[in-house]
Amino acid sequence: MTGHVFHPGHHELHGITVIVETVGTRVYVGRFDSQDDAGVHLNDVGVFDSATGGSKADYLQRSARFGIRAEHKHLLVPSQDVATITRLAELHP
Amino acid sequence: MPYDPRLIQPMREEMTRIGAKELTTVPEVDAALGDPKGTMLVFVNSVCGCAAGNARPALTLALKHSVVPTQVVTVFAGQDVEAAARARQYFSDYQPSSPSMALLRDGEVVHFVHRHQIEGRSPQAIASDLTAAFERFCGATV
Repeated sequence: MTGHVFHPGHHELHGITVIVETVGTRVYVGRFDSQDDAGVHLNDVGVFDSATGGSKADYLQRSARFGIRAEHKHLLVPSQDVATITRLAELHP
Repeated sequence: MPYDPRLIQPMREEMTRIGAKELTTVPEVDAALGDPKGTMLVFVNSVCGCAAGNARPALTLALKHSVVPTQVVTVFAGQDVEAAARARQYFSDYQPSSPSMALLRDGEVVHFVHRHQIEGRSPQAIASDLTAAFERFCGATV
């Protein structure tokens, strides 16, 4: 029950909280589960859409500092929408 | 749904063995967190192997440091559901995640470790961040 626990057969980001930037106005923050032809499968996901106003950078900084306000238990980001995937922990609030 | 108690018992004992007081009911949480004097670390325990499996040994390492919180308490997310929910009300500015750790001084959150700051990191790295927080917030006040 201690030390590193790996997930053989899973994507290297499995279980890691990531930022999924899209080619559009939305950004998703959630726990990476898997990636397949359909897209990126996330758990406990927060969503920000800059088209509705506000700053994406502020949203991400707030998520890094105060945690993710999860709006979706599971969510698929379609492959064609995915621009980049980075770890939330790489942001420093 | 709570997990099989037999499954999580070793995870509970990993915390109580290092001196953390386990809070399993709402009255226990209120008794501990409702009297905000000094420094207290609240460890939100979790079954999650990839994160909690590093968080518990990280706290074990950190508590060997020369400067530590006055009190260490723990609630178990997903198991002692009401107690965990109640504890989170004491640091409600922070979104719930587990495992996580809140360092309080006189009832105020002065440092918070989210799950995303635990994932994929070694116990030593997490412990290093914790001890830095202990030195900053748990030392003698001037």
